[in-house]
Amino acid sequence: MAGSIDHEIALGTADDLASLPILGKLHEWVVTVDHKRLGIMYITGGLFFFLVAGLQAATIRLQLAMPDAGIVPPQVFNRLLTMHGTAMVFLVGMPILTGFFNYLVPLMIGARDLAFPRLNAFGFWLWFFGAFLLYFSYIGGDGLYGAGSAPDVGWFAYAPLTELPFSRGNSTDYWILSIFLTSIGTTATAINIIASAFCMRCEGMTLSKMPVLVWLAIVVAFMMLVALPPLSAAQAMLLLDRFLGAHFFDTQAGGSAILWQHFFWIFGHPEVYILVIPAFAFASEIIPVFSRKVIFGYSVMVAASCAIGFISLSVWAHHMFAVGMTPAGNSFFALSTMLVGVPTGIKIFNWLGTIWGGKLRFKVPMLFSLGFLFQFLIAGLTGIMLAVAPFDWQLTDTYFVVAHFHYVLIGAIIFMDFAAVYYWFPKATGRMLSETLGKWHFWLFLIGFHLTFDTLHFAGLRGMPRRIYTYQPGRGLDTLNLIASIGALVQGVAVLILVINVLRSLRSGDSAGNDPWDAWTLEWSTASPPPEYNFAVSPIVRSRRPLWDLKHPEDPDWKYE
Amino acid sequence: MAAVPTTVSAAGTPWSQALPRRGRVGILALILTESTFFSIFVVAYIFYLGESLIGPFPKDVLSPPILNTICLLSSSVTIVLAVRALRAGSIRTFAIWWFITFALGLEFLTGTALEWRRLIYHEGLTIRTNLFGTTYYSLVGLHALHVTVGLLLILLVMVLTMCGYMNDRHVERTDVLSWYWHFVDAVWVVVFLTVYVIGR
Repeated sequence: MAGSIDHEIALGTADDLASLPILGKLHEWVVTVDHKRLGIMYITGGLFFFLVAGLQAATIRLQLAMPDAGIVPPQVFNRLLTMHGTAMVFLVGMPILTGFFNYLVPLMIGARDLAFPRLNAFGFWLWFFGAFLLYFSYIGGDGLYGAGSAPDVGWFAYAPLTELPFSRGNSTDYWILSIFLTSIGTTATAINIIASAFCMRCEGMTLSKMPVLVWLAIVVAFMMLVALPPLSAAQAMLLLDRFLGAHFFDTQAGGSAILWQHFFWIFGHPEVYILVIPAFAFASEIIPVFSRKVIFGYSVMVAASCAIGFISLSVWAHHMFAVGMTPAGNSFFALSTMLVGVPTGIKIFNWLGTIWGGKLRFKVPMLFSLGFLFQFLIAGLTGIMLAVAPFDWQLTDTYFVVAHFHYVLIGAIIFMDFAAVYYWFPKATGRMLSETLGKWHFWLFLIGFHLTFDTLHFAGLRGMPRRIYTYQPGRGLDTLNLIASIGALVQGVAVLILVINVLRSLRSGDSAGNDPWDAWTLEWSTASPPPEYNFAVSPIVRSRRPLWDLKHPEDPDWKYE
Repeated sequence: MAAVPTTVSAAGTPWSQALPRRGRVGILALILTESTFFSIFVVAYIFYLGESLIGPFPKDVLSPPILNTICLLSSSVTIVLAVRALRAGSIRTFAIWWFITFALGLEFLTGTALEWRRLIYHEGLTIRTNLFGTTYYSLVGLHALHVTVGLLLILLVMVLTMCGYMNDRHVERTDVLSWYWHFVDAVWVVVFLTVYVIGR
């Protein structure tokens, strides 16, 4: 039968665990260096913090649902805002993408594990400790001065606001140290991915025969290596300022008030692409399988991703148009920002070209991918609008910007994360997620998302500043904010359905088999879940779709590539 | 339908030899990320040149550490000679060159310590004195930290050698360590030019 590939080879001891007592099982997970388990731990951790930071966002929306609401005091609001932003980037976006790359890259290149398995475990536990530390600040952040609990300086923590005189207590130190640790963990993963993709590919898999996802993993890993150190370095400087009395960001000693902004955004803008390129990677694997066509323009796709990687390193100051740079500076960063839209547009056309004329199957992963395509296009268009410096002067730090980047972070990234969960969950667990619940999840999330973030664009156009904890009635913001908050509630219900779906499937989901989607990359050739050694024998590939070649020996891909 | 989409590939086929070694790729990736980290501190140093409101200023108190620099840069040569000896199978020659590398690195670190002692106790320059102190101690200190890590790793290999564990199977690992050491030396060239040539 096409679509299921049986293994003759006994796939070993995956069930040995069932006989262990609970502590034994836990111990197995703690000491593991297996890329699949670490991947699952990353993704589970990321989804856990997605719920936590999502609840914080819900509280923010509750406070803003009506004017002059007194749900939370201003200080608590600032902490919610800071923790929501920081957690969603470093504790949700990053671990979910490193988790998927951890899980998929070795399987897709036909390797047994990543190049440095122990380094991989080290990276995960650093991330885990950093994540713990960030939320521990709620208890431990009081510090010597008794001021504040969790960090309340915003996710970009602008110095000199974060200097000691303005940010007493230890809450900011928790922000610095926890993010510093997660960055080191991420760097370890990046080194691992690069070494694995270049050194561990199975026989026949030349660079041009790698799945698109692996290519994009390489691009992301390089960006992590180049973009994370500026943040870590700036955090080290801030720590020196706060603890040893150095003057990096101390304006009274001649230090600069905007140097932090530069260092932060040299990290911060590439970070957006670090988060979104994995979404491109998932789309480039899922859309072809559900369109029953090869990816349109493989080499152009890879080249465009590399171009995005390079160009995105030189656009950071478009976050700083309002700071007051020179006209030349403004022009440069406006133009480079528009330039990055070109390779991004090329990718959109590639996905459309893949769908065009395909035999579409509207399963849940495909539905989320189509939502992603549409929303990412809108997000890109508002991005081009904000790249125009005078337009940005008008709308900077309003809800228009908030709506724009949530369109990228949720409309594109979270949508593709969900698609990837539905697509690879059967591989990781051996069980299918329910299509019915999945469709409920998709439609409710889609409706909730548009209710919230479409309206927030207009709140921004009407001048609602970001980060305010309340607003006065009668400014034309009441209805828009109420609709946005209702949308947040709908999104919350949708995410709850995902949680129920996952728990239900783990207990009693349909058996997935090796290859439920009739897909083409190597991970579907092994058992679900794959044995610890992944492949009983090292695969040999001849084309970009090794499983197609196997299923269609009369018409293999390698004849045409 | 065939069971496994694959055939067995015997170990040591030309394919597995055609791919780069993971240790080398890994250390190159580490060097890339460390270079970015250093470059931010170098940028901060240059950005704050001449911005200090009070003294002491670089031209008053800094003198180029020529001997230190010669020692550190020549240690890059000795570590290459050491790895070459190991590759040729001569453990004794390896041990000698490796020890000289360690001694040269230690001399550099001592030199930095003495310079800091002079600056702190005689010139009154600390990290909180002015922007020059802030950027100088953090940049030179970051480099000294990397020298220290390198020296600890070199010491580890030295101990293993003395215990008789070294043989030609470790050529690649010592080679990877030597790449890190070259990186530390190359960073010193940048730091030296920034702090003692351009910044003075």
